[in-house]
Amino acid sequence: MIENLDLTLLDWSRAQFALTAIYHWLFVPLTLGLSFIVAIMETIYVRTGDEEWKRMTRFWMTLFGINFAIGVATGIILEFEFGTNWSNYSWFVGDIFGAPLAIEGILAFFLESTFVAVMFFGWNKVSRRFHLVSTWLVAVGANLSALWILVANSWMQNPVGMVFNPDTARNEMTSFWALLFNPVAVGKFLHTISSGFLLASMFVLGISSWYLLKKREEQLAKRSILISGIFGLLSSLMVAYTGDMSTRTIARVQPVKFAALEALSEGKQEAGLTIVGILKDSGRKIGGRSLTEFSLKIEVPGLLSLMTSGDRDAFVPGISDLVNGNEARSIMPVTEKILRGKEAKELLSGYKASKHEKMVQKADSISAVFRDPGFISGNFRYFGYAFIDKPEDVVPNVKLAYYTFHVMVLLGFFFIIMFALALFYLFRGTISARKWFLWLAVWSILLPYVSGELGWALAEAGRQPWIIQDLMPVGAAVTRISPGSVITTFILFAVLFTVLLISEISIMVRQIKLGPKH
Amino acid sequence: MISHLFLQHYWWMIISLLAGILVFLMFVQGGQSMIFTLPLNDGQRRLLVNAFGRKWEFTFTTLVTFGGAFFASFPLFYSASFGGAYWVWIAILFSFIVQAVAYEYRTKPANVYGQRTFDIFLFINGTLGPFLIGTAVATFFTGSAFSLNEMNQVRWANGWHGLEALVSGRNLSLGLAVLFLSRVNGLLYIINSVGETDLVERSRKKLLMNSLTFLVFFLFFLVTLLLSGGFAVAGSGEVSMEKFKYLHNLFGMPLVLILFLAGVVGVLFGIGASLFSPARNGIWFTGTGSILAVIGLFLIAGFNNTAFYPSSTDLNSSLTIQNASSSLFTLKTMMFVSFLVPVVLAYIWFAWKAINRNRITEEELRGEGHVY
Ligand code: HDD
Ligand code: HEM
Ligand code: HEM
Repeated sequence: MIENLDLTLLDWSRAQFALTAIYHWLFVPLTLGLSFIVAIMETIYVRTGDEEWKRMTRFWMTLFGINFAIGVATGIILEFEFGTNWSNYSWFVGDIFGAPLAIEGILAFFLESTFVAVMFFGWNKVSRRFHLVSTWLVAVGANLSALWILVANSWMQNPVGMVFNPDTARNEMTSFWALLFNPVAVGKFLHTISSGFLLASMFVLGISSWYLLKKREEQLAKRSILISGIFGLLSSLMVAYTGDMSTRTIARVQPVKFAALEALSEGKQEAGLTIVGILKDSGRKIGGRSLTEFSLKIEVPGLLSLMTSGDRDAFVPGISDLVNGNEARSIMPVTEKILRGKEAKELLSGYKASKHEKMVQKADSISAVFRDPGFISGNFRYFGYAFIDKPEDVVPNVKLAYYTFHVMVLLGFFFIIMFALALFYLFRGTISARKWFLWLAVWSILLPYVSGELGWALAEAGRQPWIIQDLMPVGAAVTRISPGSVITTFILFAVLFTVLLISEISIMVRQIKLGPKH
Repeated sequence: MISHLFLQHYWWMIISLLAGILVFLMFVQGGQSMIFTLPLNDGQRRLLVNAFGRKWEFTFTTLVTFGGAFFASFPLFYSASFGGAYWVWIAILFSFIVQAVAYEYRTKPANVYGQRTFDIFLFINGTLGPFLIGTAVATFFTGSAFSLNEMNQVRWANGWHGLEALVSGRNLSLGLAVLFLSRVNGLLYIINSVGETDLVERSRKKLLMNSLTFLVFFLFFLVTLLLSGGFAVAGSGEVSMEKFKYLHNLFGMPLVLILFLAGVVGVLFGIGASLFSPARNGIWFTGTGSILAVIGLFLIAGFNNTAFYPSSTDLNSSLTIQNASSSLFTLKTMMFVSFLVPVVLAYIWFAWKAINRNRITEEELRGEGHVY
């Protein structure tokens, strides 16, 4: 199916998906976090009856609404793009992937959009309590939306709970719980939502700092710093913890991605953890691909082995082990996986042929093979390798994976310090005097956006060439339409989203300058 | 034990229900399509926009859920239609992207492009949205130019990728019928929920022409549908053309016939009551009627051994609720999820009531913190 694939088509389809996803992710994390911050503020208002808290709630809610609208606009595209641009994929996995998307619509989006209406329009129409409950339901709904799409995405990283059906030429679900409690999904969900909480906290902290610098709205600003400081500190700790969780899971289920994000060309025992380092090409190659080495690095010896296996001496496989194989460590070479994948694919063709010629017995016996656990774990799990030409093609872009990962992690520690400092200065009562800190906080609003996008680039680009790890490469997934169509829609999306983004930022900045209503 | 066949029918009914609700909720689009013609002045426009602006999320979310539910229950439709009729779906998506921000941004200071631009966005969505969705649904009866290979991958027979549906009179008539039905429902919604007499009176005046236009297109579509051949599926799975297939379906399934007729009567009754009496609740009849009639149409497209997404170029690539569906396991899992739908409907109803307690007037808007 991948024969005569037009690479222009593939590249533009990927670019279009990446573009729309990146735009979507500019707005989603703020929705995830700000909804909770607003709910906390409103709870304090309802508890204390202090009108100032209500004013704060309504101010941050206005900013929430501006962001929310454009988040919705970019989301609908993604959902339909699976059909329009990845239709072969949609069929291959629709039986599994579709369910979370539908559940998301039925359970989460309706919760969110129904109660968002009460939250915005209900102030004078429903009781205080009902309004508060609505605000909380919006937060829960938003975060539930995140759950289901992330379950679906995690399944692409680590396909579980399914069996291939040769009749329909697709994978079919066998366990819903396996899907939901996929170890990748648990880590990914917690990491992603907490990164959203962090981003929103930094947003609130930064804007409040700006008010302090301008000597406006000081009470509102300090209270907002209190809430965002505490919420932000807790979330940033959780981000680091869950990020570590994700890293360990990757080491188990996507070893090539792991080797890439650590830029580990050769496997070793007592592998060290690189804190900072600069990469260059090492001159050594696998097939046509250059391997990398560090031209400079600061490393904690043995820590990587310790973190991945709990043992300082443990062996951590590198890219060359994973591609060429390593018998001593019982790592299968990619060439072998390709052979096994091709066997599975030929068996499928044999099945189709015997169906076609109405050779019932032969078809039945092949069909039984596809359900045989030995075949599933020995052959079918390498199905996607049948489409791989050269073994080194299974390695993603190492520099991209390495830098996105390390910058994200460094920023992660920076945020912990920022929130801790904010709380420290606030309790000392000196925050208004720390001009440098306030300015730093204002500019730091941008940084969680950077780390969030880096995280996704790592997760998605690090999975290449797979759309579903080991089962389907992106080239086999793409809809066969003319590249011209995709280029046209890419440009249309790029222009439209940028036009809307400009308006969004402009409105947001103006609302912040206007400040809360009196 | 619940059979696969039963679940395929069950899920087709859920899809039909969602489609019905979607068509009803497109009263929001209908209202937007009149943003430049119905209100006489800025004050009235503000009322109109705010009346519909409190509801647009429901329509939008229903569309998203409709897509998701279709993906989960009939994934082959999702991959064949979206991947094949690429341009139609992209056009529909575009018309919805611009809607989502338009309400929130139109009157906000520093929105860069000015209020009028966002009002034009609302107009575009209001007109194109229902029209294109209606046209796309008509291909459930008239067929599309696609074929599937042995791996079930889609190929479209022409470079138009779905846009060719726009040159068929039958497809267009359903598109226009849906558009004018949305406008009728939009007018009825204003009559129901806006407190300003002038705007309500204007809406009643517009109701007649919009209803007649709707009826002309709808009847044209219906008559040609019932007289035309349809895509019948034999026991072996072979697809062939059968004369008067949809007429047979309607009479072969009396319950569906009753449902459909009840829908049509409901639509007409709601319109009539609003035209000839001071009643303000016509929307509930016309709205419920729209839902029932759409369910009826979807059921005759998919039930009774009919291909719901027929291929006009390669009959045997046509999709039926059997060959396009998810596995037994997935449909069963999803069935449990669908049991929550009544809960969702209940809280939507509750929230709707709470927000629409008073009719919308200038004065009510002044007391409101969140105005579009
Ligand atoms: C971790 C969170 C997260 C992630 C990874 C995604 N989304 Fe999203 N999405 C949300 C979290 C979210 C949200 C916060 O819940 C939004 C933003 C604004 C809103 O209404 O809900 C949303 C909106 C939103 C909407 C509009 C919903 C509505 O009508 O209210 C759709 C259709 C999608 N998303 C679909 C997707 C798809 C197909 C994604 C993957 C490729 C995706 N989202 C990634
Ligand atoms: C503090 C240390 C951090 C570690 C160890 C860490 C680790 C990781 C890892 C390994 C992934 C890839 C998951 C995959 O490929 O499936 C990831 C993804 C991601 N990261 Fe981080 N991260 C950290 C900090 C941050 C910060 C500060 C943010 C944003 C504010 C962030 C946002 C994201 C996002 C949005 C993703 C994509 C979703 C996902 O795949 O989980 N991360 N992170
Ligand atoms: C919202 C945050 C997301 C961002 C920023 C993001 C980012 C990206 C990027 C950068 C690519 C291109 C990778 C490459 O071509 O090297 C990509 C591709 C893709 N992602 Fe995501 N992604 C996001 C969410 C998701 C989710 C949640 C899913 C699944 C539900 C998903 C599924 C895909 C698919 C199907 C592709 C196309 C195939 C591919 O190139 O891998 N993405 N995404």
